[in-house]
Amino acid sequence: MRTNFLHVLSFLTLPILLPVGASAATLTVGLASEPTSTDPHYHSFTPNNGLARSLYGALVTTDANQKTVPDLATAWSVEGDNVWTFNLRKGVKFSNGVPFTAKDVIFTFCRVRNNPQAISDYFGNPVTNFVKVETPDDHTVRITTKVPEPLLPERMAEMAILSAGIVKHGEIAFDLANGCGVTGEWPTLARFNSGEDAIGTGPFKLTKYTKGAGVELARNENYWGEKPAWEKVTLLPIPNAGPRLAGLLAGNYDLVENPAARDVKQLEGDPRFGVTIRPSNRVIFLQMDVSKDQSPSVVTQNGTNPFKDERVRRAISMAIDRDTIVKRIMDGAAAPASQFVPETMFGAQPNPEPLIYDPEGAKKLLAEAGYPNGFKVTFAATNDRYINDSQVAQAIAQYLSRVGIQADVDAMTASIFFTRRSKSEFVLSMGGWGSTTGGASSFLQQFVATLDKDRGVGRSNYGGWSDPAFDAVILKAIATVDETKRAELLREAGKLALQKLPDIPIHFESTIWAFRKGIQFEGRMDQYTLPALAKAVK
Amino acid sequence: MTKPRPIDPTLVPPLVETPQRRFNLRRIKRRPNMKTALIALVVILAAGLLLPFAAPQNPYDLSTFSVMDNRLPPGERSLDGLTVWLGTDSQGRDMVSAILYGMRVSLLVGLAATSLALSIGVTVGLLAAMFGGRIDALLMRLVDFILGFPSILVALVLLAVIGRGVDKVIIAIVVVQWATYARIMRAAAMVERRKEYVEAAENLGYPSWRIMFRHLLPNSIGSVLVVATIYVAHAITLEATLSFLGVGVPVTQPSLGLLVASGFEFLMSGEYWISLFPGLALLVLIFSLNLVGDRLREALDSRRS
Amino acid sequence: MAVLLAVSLVVFLAVFAVGDPVELLINPEATQHEREMMVRALGLDRPVWMQYLTFLGNAMQGDLGISFVHGEPALQIIIERMPATFELVFFALLIASLVGIPLGLYVGLNSDASLSRAIMTGSILGYSIPNFWKGMMLILLLSVWLHWLPTSGRGETVDILGIPVSFLTWDGVRHLVMPVLNLAIPNTALMIRLTASGAAEARTQDYVKFARAKGVRPQRIVRRHILRNILIPVITVLGIEFGALIAFSTITETVFAWPGMGKLLITSIYRLDRPVVVSYVMLITFLFVLINLIVDLIYAALDPRVKLMDRAP
Repeated sequence: MRTNFLHVLSFLTLPILLPVGASAATLTVGLASEPTSTDPHYHSFTPNNGLARSLYGALVTTDANQKTVPDLATAWSVEGDNVWTFNLRKGVKFSNGVPFTAKDVIFTFCRVRNNPQAISDYFGNPVTNFVKVETPDDHTVRITTKVPEPLLPERMAEMAILSAGIVKHGEIAFDLANGCGVTGEWPTLARFNSGEDAIGTGPFKLTKYTKGAGVELARNENYWGEKPAWEKVTLLPIPNAGPRLAGLLAGNYDLVENPAARDVKQLEGDPRFGVTIRPSNRVIFLQMDVSKDQSPSVVTQNGTNPFKDERVRRAISMAIDRDTIVKRIMDGAAAPASQFVPETMFGAQPNPEPLIYDPEGAKKLLAEAGYPNGFKVTFAATNDRYINDSQVAQAIAQYLSRVGIQADVDAMTASIFFTRRSKSEFVLSMGGWGSTTGGASSFLQQFVATLDKDRGVGRSNYGGWSDPAFDAVILKAIATVDETKRAELLREAGKLALQKLPDIPIHFESTIWAFRKGIQFEGRMDQYTLPALAKAVK
Repeated sequence: MTKPRPIDPTLVPPLVETPQRRFNLRRIKRRPNMKTALIALVVILAAGLLLPFAAPQNPYDLSTFSVMDNRLPPGERSLDGLTVWLGTDSQGRDMVSAILYGMRVSLLVGLAATSLALSIGVTVGLLAAMFGGRIDALLMRLVDFILGFPSILVALVLLAVIGRGVDKVIIAIVVVQWATYARIMRAAAMVERRKEYVEAAENLGYPSWRIMFRHLLPNSIGSVLVVATIYVAHAITLEATLSFLGVGVPVTQPSLGLLVASGFEFLMSGEYWISLFPGLALLVLIFSLNLVGDRLREALDSRRS
Repeated sequence: MAVLLAVSLVVFLAVFAVGDPVELLINPEATQHEREMMVRALGLDRPVWMQYLTFLGNAMQGDLGISFVHGEPALQIIIERMPATFELVFFALLIASLVGIPLGLYVGLNSDASLSRAIMTGSILGYSIPNFWKGMMLILLLSVWLHWLPTSGRGETVDILGIPVSFLTWDGVRHLVMPVLNLAIPNTALMIRLTASGAAEARTQDYVKFARAKGVRPQRIVRRHILRNILIPVITVLGIEFGALIAFSTITETVFAWPGMGKLLITSIYRLDRPVVVSYVMLITFLFVLINLIVDLIYAALDPRVKLMDRAP
């Protein structure tokens, strides 16, 4: 008994003695939130999409500024408005050594339509627009769409290509009605998470995925592009910003995402660490109900809804000191916004008129609109969704109180906020929006266009804004395949929206990465922390 | 089967005193830490209820402070020239003012929730004891059911449904606390119920309500009231915890708990004052209440023995 | 059984009333069609009573539903988090007993000593400190100012029989210290008070007086008579507290980002992951019933006077 016990004990204590520490070719990354699956078609969620980019390739990909660039397709073109041809890269192999061909692309299109476990149909939806997909040879894919889809390359950038080899199949063809030639079982979430089906053409391959404890990757030696500097990568979820940065300082992690902005100041000038701050595509903005005549959430002397008046909206914008909010609340890790997408984005205003801070002017406008003593309003915001959201909302309320508008901040957890917002319960709320595809069109068609379920526009227009002149321009823009023309139309639509201000932009959040000496990390606008982008430097 | 609940340390009886020491208020007052606790309570009550009028700022009026002054360390001067002895929070609120007002919210929630829960609990307990049988079984089944849930979970989900607000927090606390009073009241009233004078009153044909409130209530309320002292502290802690979890009082009317919570993220950056000082105030408040409650229990128990 | 049914119904309806998980899960750019697909996939398109009946039917077969967020069985996700919470609670109660029982015994046997008064007052302080603030102050002192311990997380784990534990690695122990301390302090206070009142009561009992009169050595009296006598309530409370702490270590786990069940519960409530919340509460209810049973059995084994059938009212 006794010897047995001692034996067990010594066996158990053994791991303590093993050396712990990172060798040169490994990279340990501290993530703010963990991927919920390694199945790239399960849930369109920033950590999942980021991980998918490490493991899988796509026909097209996007660079740090969200410009579409070649990946598994070296070139693409469109004939007329509906026929797209993608020329595939030759000599590409999956991480298990199997060559990549056009069949894998077709298989992927079929899989996203045969994925009952997916949280939404986000990945499968683009394929519903495909009439036929042909493969004239092993390295050409030709897609014919039902209706023109100008954003097809961007949609393809989101669709990770799987290997047809993970299922039993006969001749693969784009024939959804008959299962596309797949004879075996379609891949499941569990098979991806175990690593069995997580076979891609990305720079890394999956070694281990443990929910709550992180993801382990190994370099994909079959990768077609420049191979990353890291043989092994560990992605660890550390939800709290403080400990995440503390781990970097202690040498436990090599790279961390989103440390608190106020904490990175201490890293500046420290030769042992580096920091990258990049504006993201996420805008924080105010949304107002401009359609209801009355609401219990707003109390005015004459009982009307003040937000219907353009002057009131303009006054609110003028009352807010965006520079101070960025400096004092965001600790500099944000950029004041004068439009809904960053200037570098497709279809953005190159030189928007700045939304200036002018409290006196705001008071004058309010008086002109018939509210010399302001009014009282409930101001809804989240408290766990965007960076410092509840504090930003309180600071905005502070500025509104200076021009006589008493805004009572109601900060709530995101689940409740989104549910109530979707029922149009708020007259004044603070939201956020990251424009991942479509450049300037995404915000404008979601939030500013009049709701039209069939066309799929105006779904987030909870304030009920409706401007026929704007609608005409944006609807034309999103159906235009020609890029120059589309950009021009989007700029026009953006200008119209900024004139009437149905939504008021506040700032663009920035993403921060901090890393140890010996690493160079170029940030991304889409907030993905891609280990392949961490370069080893002297 | 009744389910076990988290044992409440405050309800574990204090030391049984030797019988010759009888209940004596004067002797209790003589206890040094009792005196301190009583003084602390009086000071806190006064500060919480009166001093807000003398506070340097009104932290609920957003126009009296500025985000330009946020996160100033203790002793600095704000743009208005006010010396902030305990620093400012992330919105630029003077912590001294915020603590004084926050104390008032905490006290209000604690006292209001306790008196409401007490009234409901006492009534239910009396009804159960008075009528017994089916009514008793039904009411006690309900009490058991409520007590079977963790109070924090019930309050959390309830507040998620009904939203934030001082009034709503009070409702949530009442919902989770009334059952405790009901149970204690029933037990105490049951004892009285069996006594001869009650029987005599019944035989005289007095109406039930009269027996309940004129006879049972005054003779059995003592133990419930003592528990109530401690439960004020519980209510205050619960409110603070709920606010910490983001479902308590609104951010525009910070209680002590919410002030502590809003300082959490700054704690890691070494900006300790936002969490430290309101927490200390909270601690002194709860500790004094518990201390007084404990001594009262002791006194009550020794009177019984 | 009836309790489980009632609990599941109440929790099911409560989470339903809070909000719509679809709004949180869906990509905001999704089309109306995608939204409807998702609502259908999660089974949220049917009336709530039908959803509940389906849930009940599946629950009978041991299937408590698939997590909306993770896409895996809710029960499995909870059970994966269990070892972390168990470890925390086990060590917290161990410390509480090791510190609390001797101190309580001292107080009970010397109730008039000034040290006893100090310990009793200290015990009131012990449960007066709000749990979340205490955790934050521990972090401030031991991590931010002194840099002794990591602020949060679980640290390195080692598998024993496939169950990951932290107490066998130095890194794991360092992560364990603060959350364990945070949970242990109020429980130590509880142990002190429980032992003290038990010991003080036992001291006045006839059999102790008799033993003393017989000239039994004081140490033996304490060990044989007093300690044995107070062990019953202590074990009862330890059992109940074990269940209670497992269920409600939520606050501590939130403050220290400890990846246990309590943290999972809070996250799931915020994300409206109804299958996880409902399974969690049902599991805890079941656990309570089980612990109650075990405590009763120990009770009976320790004290022959207790018959299992007639328990106290």
